[in-house]
Amino acid sequence: MVKKRQNVSIAAYIAILPMALTVLLAYLGTMLWTARVSVSSSRTFPASDFVGASQYVRLFSNERWLLSLQNVAVYGVLFIAACLIIGFLLAVFIDQKVMAEGALRTVFLYPYAMSFVATGLIWQWILNPELGIQEVLHKLGWTNAQFDWIVDQDMAIYTIVIATVWQASGLVMALMLSGLRGVDEEIWKAARIDGIPRWRVYGSIVLPMLGPSVSTAFVLLFVMVVKVFDAVVAMTQGGPGTASEVPAKFIMDYLFGRANIGLASAASIVLLLTVLAIVAPLYFVRNRRAALGA
Amino acid sequence: MMGQVVKLDKTADAARAAEQARLAAANDASIPTPRPRRNLAWTPARIGVYAFLIAAALFFLLPLYVMLVTSVKPMEEIRLGTLFALPRHFTLEPWAQAWSSACTGLECNGIKGGFWNSVAIVVPSTILSIAIGAVNGYALSFWRPRGAGLLFAVLMMGAFIPVQAMIYPLVRVLASVNLFSSLPGIILIHTIFGMPVMTLLFRNYYAALPLELFKAARIDGGGFWRIFLQLMLPMSTPVIVVAVIMQVTGIWNDFLLGLVFAGSEHLPMTVELNNIINTTTGERLYNVNMAATILTSIVPLALYFISGRWFVRGIASGAVKG
Repeated sequence: MVKKRQNVSIAAYIAILPMALTVLLAYLGTMLWTARVSVSSSRTFPASDFVGASQYVRLFSNERWLLSLQNVAVYGVLFIAACLIIGFLLAVFIDQKVMAEGALRTVFLYPYAMSFVATGLIWQWILNPELGIQEVLHKLGWTNAQFDWIVDQDMAIYTIVIATVWQASGLVMALMLSGLRGVDEEIWKAARIDGIPRWRVYGSIVLPMLGPSVSTAFVLLFVMVVKVFDAVVAMTQGGPGTASEVPAKFIMDYLFGRANIGLASAASIVLLLTVLAIVAPLYFVRNRRAALGA
Repeated sequence: MMGQVVKLDKTADAARAAEQARLAAANDASIPTPRPRRNLAWTPARIGVYAFLIAAALFFLLPLYVMLVTSVKPMEEIRLGTLFALPRHFTLEPWAQAWSSACTGLECNGIKGGFWNSVAIVVPSTILSIAIGAVNGYALSFWRPRGAGLLFAVLMMGAFIPVQAMIYPLVRVLASVNLFSSLPGIILIHTIFGMPVMTLLFRNYYAALPLELFKAARIDGGGFWRIFLQLMLPMSTPVIVVAVIMQVTGIWNDFLLGLVFAGSEHLPMTVELNNIINTTTGERLYNVNMAATILTSIVPLALYFISGRWFVRGIASGAVKG
């Protein structure tokens, strides 16, 4: 349905003024500002000089930044893969005409209603090496069991994966389930007549049909990965040491703790470009598909 | 003039009926309804399905269980290292302490201050962001002022921008108008960051309404605000409910924005919770910590359990931005 432009009254222009101001000042303006600061020598206060890419050069020779990039890459791959796999499996199993479906869905999704802070704090307690799961295993007689990841330099980042997967995989389940319910009943009938086992239908026919749900879930999870901050602060404070440092936390520390806004701005521009590089192509593909009517 | 009002009311009635029908249909489409269940035999495969689901459900419930039992145990019992055991001496003392006397550094006022701060932030932020989102969506769907489409496209990209790329300039701008570290400041911030999703939500809702409705109201002489207030808004209850759920949950659970913009007088509950638990002075009172965590999560959890399917609808509509 193509809508023709009405004789737009002045009131309509006044009404979208807040949106216009938000877009121009709060979104575009701040991004330009940040981009500008990232090519200056600013430390505590913004400087108006121009130092080219030297903040970026310094950024990429900063050990802590490189570590946080490495951490967020490991975290992102594991978090997205685990959420997609667990969410898809839960949706498929729930779709088997099971009893108490509503109750199960409620159980799988409730963590998503909780904040990342609360999520981090709960798992910090459960994984506490003195009184948490490790101690329970010891009490059960498995005295050399080791599960102290949260205080282990090499393993701390995985505890954040566990906590946030618990929080977010219900979201994927909800998205996948509504995708599954949209699959035509005829496909199931045809498959049954041809004697194709159900799991093969899921793998070879239904999963490809869920493309849009998967890409939606992927984008949502990806944005969560880039923004991961609350859970890290609550759970490990980036530690032990700097072992679970992530870019969002790096930027906050350099903005407010270390008063180095030039470096922090360069880091946030890198973050911004990463998001655009991943999200824009997905957007483009989707719009093209929509335009082609496929 | 009177005639016009009556006509407009009639259009509104017809529209409301149409909307209800549409909503019933939309309900079926957007919420996964179970397929009719047949009596299935207890084959090994069936048992496997249930075994998987029950195991998964236990994993998802475990943290809630641990949190609850920890919060009603005395510290002596917690020190025994029996994480999963039920309390032997049930006590509500940790809850009372968490609410009114838990310490953050030197101050020991519990988390109740944070609770009321969060309420003071959430209520106006929710109302303001929904009001602006609704007006935006309405203007974009029906009036389409020049340039609005482009603004909307940029706004949608804004939904993906890492907050970090905007924080410092926003701090400076708010500071220059004396709104930094103030209640109006944090409310404004939540309104700005809620705008993409709220606008999208209302735009999609209004775009699905029949255009004839709007045209009829125009012919009847309705202006911009009158059509909005008398025709569109009364039909918007379902989308407003979804918007309220999304905003209350999102703003209540926010940590980063509250930490930066609210100022020490108005710190939201999530920030206070983190301060209480990750404070390094004294013995860590795990029972008090867990009680405080539950208290902080109660509002969004209650909203989730009460609203059920509406919550899922919010996810589905919020997800459209992907």
